[in-house]
Amino acid sequence: MRALTWQGTKKVSVETVDDPEIVNPRDAIIKVTSTAICGSDLHLYDGVIPSMKPSDILGHEFMGEVVETGSDSTLQKGQRVVVPFTISCGGCFHCRITQFSACENSNPAEKQDMSETHYGHPMAGIFGYSHMTGGYSGGQAEYVRVPFSDVGPIVVPDHLDDDQVLFLSDILPTGWMAAENAEIQPDDTVAVWGCGPVGLFAIQSAIAMGAARVIAIDHYPHRLELARKLGAETINFRNSDVREALMEMSGGIGVDPVIDAVGMESHGFAADNMIDIAKQTIGIGADRTSALKQAILAVRFGGRVSVPGAYGGMTDKFPLGAVMEKGLQLRTGQTHVQRYLKDLLGKIEEGDIETTFLISHRLPLEDAATGYKNFKEQQDSWTKVVLQPGMAAAA
Amino acid sequence: MRHENPARWPYIALAGIGLAAIPLAAVAAKRSRRAVDHDSAPGYTARRSFGDYKVVGRTVTIARPRAELFAFWRDFQNLPRFITNLERIEPSGDEPGHNTWHIRAPAGKVYAVNTRIAREIDGELIAWRSTDESEVDTEGRVTFEEAPGDRGTRVGLIIAYKPKGGSLGQTIATLAGRSPELQARHDLKRFKMLMEAGEIATPARTCDEHRKQKEEAR
Repeated sequence: MRALTWQGTKKVSVETVDDPEIVNPRDAIIKVTSTAICGSDLHLYDGVIPSMKPSDILGHEFMGEVVETGSDSTLQKGQRVVVPFTISCGGCFHCRITQFSACENSNPAEKQDMSETHYGHPMAGIFGYSHMTGGYSGGQAEYVRVPFSDVGPIVVPDHLDDDQVLFLSDILPTGWMAAENAEIQPDDTVAVWGCGPVGLFAIQSAIAMGAARVIAIDHYPHRLELARKLGAETINFRNSDVREALMEMSGGIGVDPVIDAVGMESHGFAADNMIDIAKQTIGIGADRTSALKQAILAVRFGGRVSVPGAYGGMTDKFPLGAVMEKGLQLRTGQTHVQRYLKDLLGKIEEGDIETTFLISHRLPLEDAATGYKNFKEQQDSWTKVVLQPGMAAAA
Repeated sequence: MRHENPARWPYIALAGIGLAAIPLAAVAAKRSRRAVDHDSAPGYTARRSFGDYKVVGRTVTIARPRAELFAFWRDFQNLPRFITNLERIEPSGDEPGHNTWHIRAPAGKVYAVNTRIAREIDGELIAWRSTDESEVDTEGRVTFEEAPGDRGTRVGLIIAYKPKGGSLGQTIATLAGRSPELQARHDLKRFKMLMEAGEIATPARTCDEHRKQKEEAR
């Protein structure tokens, strides 16, 4: 089959590789119909996530048709399914309390040491996302082996097309969980850093949860425009002092919850961010956290700090004093996708959540490398790239 | 995926089996210390030496009933399913509780480790010790106790062994990613996977790749 493979920093290519097979009884093989490039794939592309190996197949946002099932799979051939990016066994303590992204059994034993050393506990398995999370082949391919297929994938009805449901795999539940972690109350003013796909879904989710106001922060005009269309007010951090603007807009109180949907490759002009960029560039494992630092300073006393943005390493000059003195709650984590699938599918069916507005580009899988390059370099206009294995390649 | 073929030592393999209780002297030392320190930390986490013996230990919580886990472990024929470097285990001689463990070592060598069951409490504990004719001096213990609420069972594994290559051999094995501690940890995790998920997680995309990875893990 054809698949998008990682070959090194800023080097990805579509190659011919072995087709996946049923390896374990609970597996299923999915023929991919649509797969997206995620903002977190850019962290792999940029080489800031350790434990990648050449020829690893990327992609953790995908859906398709079930073409083969293991003896213990509950799926049936021909079903259309969306597959969560986290792999979960369903039987361990964390799966049983619906903390699916903390599954104790989906990351192979010999792959757990690295995260156990770095984080104190091993991470769960994730499709196409480095060997620290299992080294599983990802979904930017014609076919994918899906382990624990009786727990993860959700069957979607035929009257919904791929564009409507594809983002159930990651960014929609991630935006939703970010808003849930912000514990939004009816009179709240919510500030969201980053108007990428997760930020935009967090904005939509916050409004759906009854937030009085949502203020979105970014520097890309087109992305800010998308936020406004969803009903958010916006601040362009290139033009205004964000903390001062937020203080004024919230009547001197500060915003109630803040959501950092930016993550470890934060843009920003502050001197500390420039140092962070330098550290990240020379590869000493520092995360760039200027958005998060700004969010912590902007949130009111007793406020909530929700962090769906991806971080992998360490940071310094973290405003821990502000977290303590202001009595903040910090809530974060990889998304427990399976927990939200049924409800969010229902909201999509009823038209309560709009997902297709995000897609700016659609490419054949063969052109995936172009997709990565443009998604990285033209972030304003390339908001979301969907790859389709069946689509004819551009001449 | 492991591409190298690291040097291994027979005692490494042993760790996987889940041998043994802490040597008696060490336990006694710990006890007397506990009387002074009121320390609840397991003995094997102590920052101290156990003389000639290396001691490793690990606990996992498995969301399955205690009796089921005990029965699965007690049927020794099940052990090679999750202990990757255990080729096979068979009764030795006519004496009940005596077994020979065939452990894969570097360069295709297989060591025979003879053990007897030193103590067994149904549903709770299996302890074993190497016999005099064994090629490796080791003992081990696996315990099963109820976890709080509906969390299932706590499975604890303690292994003591006399490193064959001395401390240098130990260091080399650890650098090669094959310390007994690592091996025991991986084996226990595979046991947990098998019990909770019914299968052992693998990133292999094809059956062929899966076979190769299993061989490399030996």
